[in-house]
Amino acid sequence: MNIFETPLNHEKIKELRVGDAFYITGTIFTARDAAHEKLLDIDDEEVPFDPSKYAMFHCGPAIHKEEGKWKVVSAGPTTSIRMEIFEDDFIERFGTKVIIGKGGMGERTLKALKKHGAVYCQYTGGAGALMANAIREVEDVYFLEELGIPEAFWMFRVEEAGPFLVTMDSAGNSIHDDVAEDVDKNLERVKSHL
Amino acid sequence: MNKGELEENLVEGIRKAVTSVTEETEDALREAKDREEKEGAQVQLDAILENIDVGKSEKRPICQDTGTQTFFIEVGEDFKWIGQLKRTVDESVKRATETIPLRPNAIDPISDENSGDNTGRFIPSIHWDIVKGDEAIINIIPKGGGSENMSRLEMMTPGRGLKGVKEIVLDQIAEMAGKPCPPTIVGIGLGGGADLAMELAKKALLRPVGERHAEGRIAELEEELLEKANELGVGPMGVGGKTTVLDVKIEYAHRHPASYPVAVLPQCWANRQAKLKVSSNGEVEVVR
Repeated sequence: MNIFETPLNHEKIKELRVGDAFYITGTIFTARDAAHEKLLDIDDEEVPFDPSKYAMFHCGPAIHKEEGKWKVVSAGPTTSIRMEIFEDDFIERFGTKVIIGKGGMGERTLKALKKHGAVYCQYTGGAGALMANAIREVEDVYFLEELGIPEAFWMFRVEEAGPFLVTMDSAGNSIHDDVAEDVDKNLERVKSHL
Repeated sequence: MNKGELEENLVEGIRKAVTSVTEETEDALREAKDREEKEGAQVQLDAILENIDVGKSEKRPICQDTGTQTFFIEVGEDFKWIGQLKRTVDESVKRATETIPLRPNAIDPISDENSGDNTGRFIPSIHWDIVKGDEAIINIIPKGGGSENMSRLEMMTPGRGLKGVKEIVLDQIAEMAGKPCPPTIVGIGLGGGADLAMELAKKALLRPVGERHAEGRIAELEEELLEKANELGVGPMGVGGKTTVLDVKIEYAHRHPASYPVAVLPQCWANRQAKLKVSSNGEVEVVR
């Protein structure tokens, strides 16, 4: 089992290639559309944590309070392509090296991954119970009042969270692009035999 | 039976639905795991199967998107509690939201306000069928947004015929790729009007994975599309592989001569469902 601890070792991340799978022990933070927009909108001194140290998780958790403490019910990934319009700027400005979500991202993000030695990983869509089980504690939450539960930055302390499958790497490879090309070819072949 | 008991049973039905996938779905996912050769596909299926185990053992919603609470109810015309059924379903959804808990997923499309309890105008979504008898069958299918977003309705030129139907379905499965969380179960509604085709496509998902349509000609069409869809190579969660769909389910209605609606409505691998039978003496049986 390949386990990465946080703060993340940027050199090791740069070496990851598509098809590699790994786990994380340490801190991950959630960020959806509104969270990206928020952080890109504020000044550096207002940014409440260092996004370069931890993995970013595209996720709007199901979460509730039990005896005054936040408890995660289920926390699977959300569709990453919605964040495509922010991600290259986010990586550039905040130095985030591991992005976790589902469904893959586009050309702009792929370029940014290459430029900054970062990776995009797919975490299995719908596997929210498995992730919730790996979350030991909700360490903090930022901009909760302003952004609401699904959009806020949740800081989760996780133990062996994963598996995260690298589907876009710092060498410019994208499994999503490769599969899309194959599917196009297969579709033409299948349709010609109907 | 009193209203409280039925409500309690409905909450437990919703709990069962959101914390597990149907037995046949789980079997099909395990078969897929044996079939896949690529590591990426296996990583996804392993996580899916482990996630299903966690959901079951910890009674935890398997996906954070606990869906739009959707019901297909066949109610007997002599069912004693027919007058209370709608209200009881609404109440059970509110209670399930608090106690399980479910993610609040009902938003006013104009104001963007979340009702907070999964109820609202026309929500929970209830489809009614009045049938003979004195029982009620309540199908619960919480439907996630990611797969619902990949639905498609094509008002096909009737001249394209069955070949056109197959092209539309396969195009859509290729187009949606990893987005609806494959391997999916693809519901297809043919004929009727636009509304009926979409409703039939969703209703078709109620038939257990692996069970063919009672009519041979529809069963054959399902099998052909299942086989061809799995030749596309989308694979589990779109990372490539042999399993793009777990099943294809078709329902149909007669159509207008000028129209041939083709509805495609995928369900994610997290095929969460429950089915309750309320008999005339008030006994509630969990059928599945």
